[in-house]
Amino acid sequence: MPLLWLRFALACYFIGLVYAFVALTRTSDLFSRIALHAASLGMVFHFVSITELFLSGQIVWASVHNGESLLAFLSMTFFMVIYVIYKTTSPGVVVFPVVFFLTFVAAVDQQPVLLTQFVSHKGWLIAHIMLIFTGYAALLVSFGASILYLLQERRLKAKKPTSLIAFLPALEVIDQIGYRSLLLGFPFMTLGLITGSVVAITAPSIGHVDFLDPKILLSVLMWAVYMVMVFTRWNSGWRGRRAAFLATFAFVAALAAWAANYFSAIHRFAAS
Amino acid sequence: MRYQLIGVNHKSAPLEVRERLAIPESRLPDTCRDLTSYPGIEEGMVISTCNRVEIITHTTNGHADLRGFLHHRFHLAPNELDPHLYEFREKDAVRHLFRVAASLDSMVVGEAQILGQVKEAYATARAVGAVRGQLDQLFSRAFAVAKRVRSETAVGSSSVSIASVAVELAKKIFGTLQGKNVFIVGAGKMSELAARHLMAHGCGSIFVANRTYERAIGLAQKFDGQAIKFEDLYSTCDRADIVITSTGAPHAIFRREHGEQFLARRKNRPMFFIDIAVPRDVSPEMAKLDGIFAYDIDDLQQAVTTHVADRRKEAERAEAIIASEVEKFEARVHTLDVVPTIVSLQDHLETIRQAEIDRVRGRMGQLTPEQEIAIEALTRGIINKVMHTPITTLKTAAKESEATTVVDVVRRLFNLQVKGKDAEHPATNKDEVGSRQ
Repeated sequence: MPLLWLRFALACYFIGLVYAFVALTRTSDLFSRIALHAASLGMVFHFVSITELFLSGQIVWASVHNGESLLAFLSMTFFMVIYVIYKTTSPGVVVFPVVFFLTFVAAVDQQPVLLTQFVSHKGWLIAHIMLIFTGYAALLVSFGASILYLLQERRLKAKKPTSLIAFLPALEVIDQIGYRSLLLGFPFMTLGLITGSVVAITAPSIGHVDFLDPKILLSVLMWAVYMVMVFTRWNSGWRGRRAAFLATFAFVAALAAWAANYFSAIHRFAAS
Repeated sequence: MRYQLIGVNHKSAPLEVRERLAIPESRLPDTCRDLTSYPGIEEGMVISTCNRVEIITHTTNGHADLRGFLHHRFHLAPNELDPHLYEFREKDAVRHLFRVAASLDSMVVGEAQILGQVKEAYATARAVGAVRGQLDQLFSRAFAVAKRVRSETAVGSSSVSIASVAVELAKKIFGTLQGKNVFIVGAGKMSELAARHLMAHGCGSIFVANRTYERAIGLAQKFDGQAIKFEDLYSTCDRADIVITSTGAPHAIFRREHGEQFLARRKNRPMFFIDIAVPRDVSPEMAKLDGIFAYDIDDLQQAVTTHVADRRKEAERAEAIIASEVEKFEARVHTLDVVPTIVSLQDHLETIRQAEIDRVRGRMGQLTPEQEIAIEALTRGIINKVMHTPITTLKTAAKESEATTVVDVVRRLFNLQVKGKDAEHPATNKDEVGSRQ
C-alpha cells in the first residue's frame, strides 16, 4: 500500500513538474494555483505513504528508497513553508523537478537497499537521517533561490519586461528565501554530520574509521563549501553570480556525497 | 498651411542620438533665432525634452531644408542622423503636434508633463519673436486640443508616470519599500515627483544633493529629508537604496569605480538608479555591475509598454478627437488663406469704383448731396452684386482642398497682389472670419 500512495503522490508531483517548465516561459495564475493544489494533495498521499510504512513496522531507515522518499517529502515541506511565508510558488521551478525525480526513483522500486553495516544505535541513525535530509532540503531550496536570483537579476538587467519578472518574487525576497534556507540548513547539516560520525564510530562492525573514505571526504567538502557560503554571505554579502556559483558547488558536492554511498566502505548500500 | 516639422523622439531614436541633439534650456532662444534666420523659414520653434527634440516651422514655400538645419546646427553627418528623423508637412505636421501636446505621442501616454514642456518652449520662442501669427495660431489650437482630450477622455487619468513606473521597478528589486532610503541627485521637478511617489509607498529617509546647495536644502525641507553637499555625494550615496539622478552634467557622474565603492560599503546589497538625466548620469559601465540596477529614460519606456496597452482604448478616442480637430484646424486655416484675397479683391474693386466716380464727376459738374448719395449707392450696389458670387465661391472653396487653386485663379483674373497674407491684417481677418463661423 505505501507504494501505491507514493505513486499517487508522484502523479500529483508530475503536475508540479509540468508547471516548473511552463512557469519559465509564461505566467499563469490559474496554473500556479493548480500546481499548488496538486502539490498539496501529493504531499498528503506522500505523508500517508510514509506514515503507513512507519506504522506497519516495515520501514527500513537505512534504505535508499525510503531515504529518497523522505528527502522529497522534506523538500516539499520546505517549499510549502516558503509559500506560506512569502506567497510565492516560484521556488517550485527548482524544487518540483528534484522532488519528482526523488519520488519517481523511490516509487519505481521499493525493494529495500540496505546499509551493510549493522547499526547499534538506531536513535542516532534516525536523528542522523532526519537532520541530514533537512539540511539537504534547505540546501536544495537555497540552491533553487540562488538560481532564481540569478534569473531575476538578469531579467532586471536586461530591462525587458517579460512575464518571468512578474512571476518571480522581488529580488530581495528571493535573496531572503535563499539566505534564510542557508542559515537554517547549516545547523541541521552540521548536526547531521556529527550524528553520522557518532553512528559510524560506534558501529561495532567498523574497527577504525578511514578518513580517506570518499563518503567522509565528500561530506566534509560539502560542509566546508556550505560554511564558506554562509561566511561570504554574512561577511561580504555575496549575492547573484558568486553566490549561485557557490550554491551550485555545494549542491554538486551534496550530490557527490550522496552518490558516494555506492563507493564508500563505511556507508555502503548493498543490493539485498 | 506651410507647416513643416522635423524631429526625433523616444520611438525613432535611441538615447545616444537624442543626447546629442538635446538643447539645454539656456540655448533655446539662440536656436530659435538661428532657425528663423535659416533660408525658407518664416517662423520656428524648438521643443527639447528628454524624450524628444522637435523643430516646428512655418516656411515660405513648404519645402525648407530642415534636415540641413539640423546637420549644420549639431554638426552631425546625414547618415548618423537621418535614419532617426521623422518629418511631417502641413496637415501631418499639425496632427503630430496635436498628438504631442495631448500626450498621445509620449513615452507614457497621457502624462501631463509634456504639455507644460511644450508651453514653455512656445513661450521661449515667442519671447524672441520666432513665433508669430502662423505658429501662434497653431499652438493655441494645440493647447486647446490637449485640454479637450484631457477632459473628454480618460487618457490622463490614473496617469502612469515615469515616477510610478520607477516605484514598480523598485518593488521588483526590493519587494517592499518600507524603510528604503532615497537619494535625489540634482533637484528637478521630475526627480521630486519620483521621490514623492517613492515616499508615498513607504520609503524611509531622503537625501538631496544638488550643485546649488540652497536648492538641495529647499527640496530636502519639503520631504523632511537631509541636504547633502555635492562634494560629499560619493561618500554618502551608499546609504541610499534608490538613487534618482537628473543632473545637467555633460558626462556621467556615476562611474564604475563609484559603483564598486558603493557596493563594497553596502555589502553588495543592491542599489537602484533611476537615471532621468539626458545625457545620462550613470555610465553604462557602472550599470553592468552586479547589484547595480540602472534604468535610464529609455529603459523606463520599455517598462511602461505594458501599461500603455491598458490605455489603448482611451487613446483611440483621443485619436478620434485629434483627427476631427486637425480637420477643423485645416478648414480654419484655409478660410484664413482666402481672407486676404477677398480683402484685396474688395480693395481692388473699390479703387476702380472711386476712380470711375472721379472721372465721371468732372463731366457731370456740381452734384447735389442727394445725387452724391444716389451715385454712391448705385456703384456700391453694382460692385456688391458682382462680388457676391466670387466671394461666396472663395469662402466655400476655403473649406475644400481646392482652395489654393481657386484663390490663384481669382488673383490672376483680377491681377491681385496679396502681401503678407492674413498676418498683415489680423483685425480685418478676425471680423471676416468671425462672421462666417
